[in-house]
Amino acid sequence: MISRLTAITLNTFREAVRDRVLYNLILFVLLLVASAPLFGQISIGMERLILVNVGLSSISLFGVIIAIFIGIGLVSKEIEKKTLYTILSRPVRRWEFIVGKYLGLIMTLVVNTALMTAGFYIALLVTKGLHKTDALLLVAIYFTVLQFLIVTALTVLFSTFSSPIFSAIFAFALFVIGTFAEDLKNFAAISKGAAKLLATAAAYLMPNFASLNVIAQTAHDQGVGGRLILFNTLYAMLYSASAVAAAVLIFERRNLK
Amino acid sequence: MFAIEIQGLSKDYAVGFWKKQLRPALKPLSLAIKTGETFGFLGPNGAGKTTTLKLLMSIISPTSGTATILGESFLDPEVKRRIGFLPEQPYFYDYLSAHELLDYYAQLSGVSLETRQRKIDSLLNRVGLGDVGNRQLRKFSKGMLQRVGIAQAIIHDPEVVFLDEPMSGLDPLGRHEVRELIQGLKDEGKTIFFSTHILSDAEALCDRVAVIHKGELRGIGAINEIRTSVAERSEVIWDGAHALSAVSGSLVESHVTGETVRGIVRSEDVDSLLEKLRRERTRLISVTPLHGTLEEYFLARTAEQEKVIS
Amino acid sequence: MNRNRLATSLFAVLLVLFFAGTVLCRSQVEKLRGKEVTLEEVLYMPSGKSVKRLSLGYSSLLADIYWTRAVQYFGEKSNQRSMRYDLLYPLLDITTDLDPHLIVSYEFGSLFLSQPPPEGAGQPEKAVALVEKGIRENPSYWRLYFTLGFIHYLDRRDYKAASEAFFKGSEVPGALPWMKVMAARMAEHGEDRSTALYLWKAVYDTSIDPQVKDTAMQHLASLRAEQDIEQLEQRVKLYRERTGVLPSRWLDMIRAGLLPGLPQDPDGTEYKLLPDGTVDVQDPAKYRFLDRNRNK
Repeated sequence: MISRLTAITLNTFREAVRDRVLYNLILFVLLLVASAPLFGQISIGMERLILVNVGLSSISLFGVIIAIFIGIGLVSKEIEKKTLYTILSRPVRRWEFIVGKYLGLIMTLVVNTALMTAGFYIALLVTKGLHKTDALLLVAIYFTVLQFLIVTALTVLFSTFSSPIFSAIFAFALFVIGTFAEDLKNFAAISKGAAKLLATAAAYLMPNFASLNVIAQTAHDQGVGGRLILFNTLYAMLYSASAVAAAVLIFERRNLK
Repeated sequence: MFAIEIQGLSKDYAVGFWKKQLRPALKPLSLAIKTGETFGFLGPNGAGKTTTLKLLMSIISPTSGTATILGESFLDPEVKRRIGFLPEQPYFYDYLSAHELLDYYAQLSGVSLETRQRKIDSLLNRVGLGDVGNRQLRKFSKGMLQRVGIAQAIIHDPEVVFLDEPMSGLDPLGRHEVRELIQGLKDEGKTIFFSTHILSDAEALCDRVAVIHKGELRGIGAINEIRTSVAERSEVIWDGAHALSAVSGSLVESHVTGETVRGIVRSEDVDSLLEKLRRERTRLISVTPLHGTLEEYFLARTAEQEKVIS
Repeated sequence: MNRNRLATSLFAVLLVLFFAGTVLCRSQVEKLRGKEVTLEEVLYMPSGKSVKRLSLGYSSLLADIYWTRAVQYFGEKSNQRSMRYDLLYPLLDITTDLDPHLIVSYEFGSLFLSQPPPEGAGQPEKAVALVEKGIRENPSYWRLYFTLGFIHYLDRRDYKAASEAFFKGSEVPGALPWMKVMAARMAEHGEDRSTALYLWKAVYDTSIDPQVKDTAMQHLASLRAEQDIEQLEQRVKLYRERTGVLPSRWLDMIRAGLLPGLPQDPDGTEYKLLPDGTVDVQDPAKYRFLDRNRNK
């Protein structure tokens, strides 16, 4: 089981790399290089803040885009192209296939993020020098990776039953809704009766990206508590695991073409 | 012993807007294939051959029935270590090289690292891809892909090999090479189950064949028996066209070229024909028995309305 | 299909377990984060203009979201002890940058800003700034002048500024005539109680919002009580001049002919006569706006 999972994970990573995903890093570097002096012209003394905001937001945005664009095809492409036939005729369990694909994409994102983080810190070093508080930014990046866990899991889930276009739309919609998750809860708090029930259910069902976004906080040198880091980690892992479990359930029962 | 036993395996698809109607892709099929046998699964396009294979590979789930492979349930994932599958018009990950693909698939089938290192190169040579092992599959021609397909089906040395239209889309040279490969597998004692609609391939390779049409099994039997089960005929060639009118009644067919007549007659009537020809003072040139062809068997079985199993 | 069923049930169970876990974790996360964190992000924003740019055309939706957050947070009485009043003005500023025509946020936002705690944030200067921004963006909406004048009068006691505001408002086409009257009264009788009575009566008569009407009622009741108390205290002084001592109860004053009967507040409850000769209401909670320091 482990060797099969590892094989699928590594192969998924290899596919992403050969699909030239990592080229996005070039765009990222360009963006960083361009941003600081450009925005710095608008408000003096804001260069570091702008660089941090642009850098961290790009890491998040690029990652989500990659997660969605690769994720939507992870399963559906294999069904379309029938590459699955020769996989399923081997002792590979269907759940191993799903989990392996998921982990492979996560691996891609983690590697991509790590490279971006290195580039980001180099940019910081070169432009403004590093301060102690810059270590706080790692928490923001870590939370961003937690977001990737969830987004990827959701796109894999959609990929098991829906076409790539719809998967992309659903995933993007969930990302936006998840960013306003706390407002959804507010809405649930002030509504009554059936609407309250529905809104509360929706609020818990939707992923909570709001509490995973600490870019603004850490950019202003505000720390994040240890317990909060723990519970956010648990939340992201459990939510992703739920989505992957659902994906497995759908895939196990599915008749392929 | 039986390598594959299929019992009442069937597949219906729900069609129509409300998914209320059932379209039977495969009617309940029962079949047993002996260990070491090369079994041909014949039928026109859309007969249900690929459906059967997909059911056996658990790519789709059956509406009813069951099957065992090498004594284990066909649903047991572990049994798949001992089987290989080449799908029809296969598509492989085009970003991998042939070597990488075989390595990946072998890993998934549970082949150890050292075995992989040992066998992959020799296997690539065996299928004639020795010098393109490191080229990406996206650059492969159809024939080359087919050969990769066979390689991935046997890299883990399975006991049973399932091939779906292994010759499809190949040029005569390619088909010859694939035939050789399959013969090689036969010689290794593997059980081979392959589907095709090209009868000459089946005739050349198979021990037994089954004919399937519109989802139904129409006939099954050993190649030798089939050849003889179709009405036997003989070809008689003589000089002496004048005798034609006297013997035309017993002839099934005749062709005349100058004085030479080529006649087809039922084998049991050969003796009486020769007697008549002697009396007409013709000069006999040759008498040749003709074997029934698989094609005739096939056409007969696919034309009939009811199911006939001989 | 046995193996398939086993796998299916296993993963179904896992799904339920994992999801239950997320619900638990999420409550913890929200508790740890506290209610202010989402609002605090407004402090980190460079300006409303940049937020507007980033909102990619959905700025009025975003404005609604911010406004809802403000109402949610500041409307919850349970927050009052640790209320982050410092967040209110930035929130309202960004909201109105995103949607300059969101009148309700100027009107109610500024009133909440200017009123002293616990009713509001106690920042009348900021409130004035907000309303003036609203007037700039919505010059034909005369009611904002009313709000402005109101804030100047009530919370800043700047009668001149109040009068100016009412006057400017009265010049806007469609303004109700009492704006002019208010302008005049502010100018000449800013200090007078009668002006306040007039103002609050106007608010009560013209408002549709039941909460606003209620507040106006409260103010009117307090003003009337103030009037009564003033008069009663004068009568107490008169009694003292005549008899040389303070009355110990209302009966004394009634016997002295200074009162027709037991004095009652607008609610019908008897006023309290205190030993030092001052008068008060029985239930100060009902008369929140009673100004005890007026004439002292």
